[in-house]
Amino acid sequence: MVEVTLWGSLSAVAGGKAKHDIEAKDIRELFRKLAEQYPGIEPWIDRGIAVAIDGTIYRDTWSKELPKDAEIFLLPRLAGG
Amino acid sequence: MNFDPRFSGRKFASVGTRPIRPDGIDKVTGRARYGADFNMAGQLVGRILRSPHAHAVIKKIDTSKAEKLAGVKAVITAKDLPDLTDGDAAMYDILDNSMARKKALYDGHAVAAVAAIDARTAREALKLIEVDYEVLPHVTDVDEAAQHHAPLINDQVFTEGLEEKPAKPSNITKRTQFGHGDVHAGFAQADFIVERSFKTEQTHQGYIEPHACVASVNPDGTADLWVCTQGHFVYRQHCAQLLGLEASKLRVTSSEIGGGFGGKTHVWAEPVALALSRKAGRPVKLVMTRDEVFRASGPTSATSIDVKIGAKKDGTITAAEATLRYSCGPYAGSWAEIGAMTAFACYKLENVKTVGYEVLVNRPKTAAYRAPSAPMAAFAVESVVDELAKELGMDAVDFRIKNAAQEGTRSSYGPVYGPIGIGPTLEAVKNHPHMKAPLKANQGRGMACGFWFNFGGQTCTDLNIGMDGTVSLAVGTVDVGGSRASLSLVAAEELGIDYSQVKAVVADTSSLGYNDMTDGSRGTFSSSMATISAARNAIKILRERAAQTWDIPVEDVVWEKGHAIAKGEKYGNLSPLSLKDIAAASGKTGGPIAGHSELVADGAGVSFATHICDVEVDPETGSTRVIRYTVVQDAGKAVHPTYVEGQYQGGAAQGIGWALNEEYIYGKDGRLQNPGFLDYRIPVCSDLPMIDTQILEIPNPNHPYGVRGVGETSIVPPLAAIANAVSNAVGVRMTHIPMSPPRILAALEAEREG
Repeated sequence: MVEVTLWGSLSAVAGGKAKHDIEAKDIRELFRKLAEQYPGIEPWIDRGIAVAIDGTIYRDTWSKELPKDAEIFLLPRLAGG
Repeated sequence: MNFDPRFSGRKFASVGTRPIRPDGIDKVTGRARYGADFNMAGQLVGRILRSPHAHAVIKKIDTSKAEKLAGVKAVITAKDLPDLTDGDAAMYDILDNSMARKKALYDGHAVAAVAAIDARTAREALKLIEVDYEVLPHVTDVDEAAQHHAPLINDQVFTEGLEEKPAKPSNITKRTQFGHGDVHAGFAQADFIVERSFKTEQTHQGYIEPHACVASVNPDGTADLWVCTQGHFVYRQHCAQLLGLEASKLRVTSSEIGGGFGGKTHVWAEPVALALSRKAGRPVKLVMTRDEVFRASGPTSATSIDVKIGAKKDGTITAAEATLRYSCGPYAGSWAEIGAMTAFACYKLENVKTVGYEVLVNRPKTAAYRAPSAPMAAFAVESVVDELAKELGMDAVDFRIKNAAQEGTRSSYGPVYGPIGIGPTLEAVKNHPHMKAPLKANQGRGMACGFWFNFGGQTCTDLNIGMDGTVSLAVGTVDVGGSRASLSLVAAEELGIDYSQVKAVVADTSSLGYNDMTDGSRGTFSSSMATISAARNAIKILRERAAQTWDIPVEDVVWEKGHAIAKGEKYGNLSPLSLKDIAAASGKTGGPIAGHSELVADGAGVSFATHICDVEVDPETGSTRVIRYTVVQDAGKAVHPTYVEGQYQGGAAQGIGWALNEEYIYGKDGRLQNPGFLDYRIPVCSDLPMIDTQILEIPNPNHPYGVRGVGETSIVPPLAAIANAVSNAVGVRMTHIPMSPPRILAALEAEREG
């Protein structure tokens, strides 16, 4: 079980809650379970969500494991110049 | 990905040196081939007809007269680019931006295009195309567009991100919010509060090379595109989707690039050139004029930002809040969102809240510009930080040091930071001789901090060892800032050979697997990771070949300083085999030797910079001259320090232009008034002092060498540093960028009149 924090706008489509306890071993499973629980999140995942694990931002490595005690924060998937 | 990206703390032989750039001779002799330098036999000239109206319904387009003109081979409108986007809203916007479908949404929006035997005929044909417009009310100002009574640009836009869907459409596409704590409680604890509103005008990246491409579509569905771009694989994906081509049959080759800075991450003319070629059955060359680049490519947002920061007497910030409104052009974007995330990222804050609003306006579609959205937010925040330090009677640097984020700080955008460099950049600035240099009359000094995320992404690299022992490195990230030199250094480092033995090229889309574009300061970060991986794969083969030659187990062969060495006393008589020896024998030991890598380079480390700026302002004319400028920035590890310094200087130079002069000026008719370098003034060499640099190296734990991106952060602090310097010089807080002479004179006059 990991605790996941959603940024403000995303929490609005996840029952208005910022913090969620999810049983997920990696980013892929985390997204799948969030989408099962809150279908409104799916379009956001399609558009892109980045996952910060202990401060390091992962945008595409969906196989990245989620350590049990890690701080996991979802962020918009941004692009640069 | 079977690759360990963790920082190893190794000692370097090649990385960190400053060899001659591999593209230097071609560029100084004029042999380098840019987008417009490619030609094909039988190619036609493409030209685009653009709307003169900021907002208008396209009632009818009659192309019949143009089609009959001798020498015209194809005329296209939106009908020739049917909607194949299958509900993908972002792609539909790209399609509509490439060629207006129902409405022209800004001055310069493409409405039709021709391909003809020469430029004169093409221009003549454009004049013969008759477009029947119904002109609509328009809005170009970000604050006016956000008002409920503003002309609606898209009546299907209902603001996202609100608790309830609004009853009426508006020009605000999205609201986003970030932060933590309780700002109301934080402000209640403050002894001093500063609150101000700021504006920044829209600017262009100002790359010298206009967008240019040659497109050739064959009847069998194969196609080629030669183009100036920051991401040829992304251009392939987008063009293939928009044209209904199979991606693998569209080969895209990137040219040398005469500047991009985010502006060449987006297709505009390329789908049009391909559609023209498809219709004409001949190659089509399409080169934007400077006028078109300004009117119809992708400048950055204009912004309107409110900032409020409170602090205790001891200098501790108790709360910080910002509301940011960013223009997106006529299509939805996430520009204010990025501003809201980066605004307070430099600071350790208990209570922070930022709210961003994305605003549609009748201007060109906003595109990325070097650390997109961050410089404007930093301008507003760092101006208030400076003012608050004055209110507190604290030194501006000390105030920032006291409140700087550090490892373990919860960032204003959410996650907790790992090892970061804001504190060290501030300490370096505090101790820099620049801060102690005396100033003369009418001169002022300012400093400011800046933050940028940096990104990685999908990356694919091939490393091939020739039979003479030289190495060719094929990468898929376009070289926008010296990455071919840096990646050659990395390959040399891993293989243990000299830099001169490595030649890096940017391969076309048919020669490598997919690569994300070079954006987010990712070129050297990502492709160096893939190069290290590819080199290690090649070394594995080199060891196997040496083992085969010696007829010993491969486990007994190690790779050191460019040689295979048989490990252990029992092999005492075996002389090491060099990479050259093994390569020469490769034909008889198993064939070519190569290393390949495909990976997702994630974990790019965030970076910080602090800048110092001295200016002199002429109180009679309002003209400002930057007389000294210093950049201090964390690079993680500078692979080729000269290029890193160049990135620091380039970001500062662009920031100076943005801060003092550059501005999109629209008339009441919604038309751009200054689409050229005479009236849109970017700084030239004589406008700039020597920009001093100091590289700090706080290793990124998620890269084997500690590399962080360096290309973007350097443009984040300049607007604020220069605004603080000008404000200190004239004694009036400047709140509107650019601080052009008329704006400075107006501020001085307003101050005199009280």
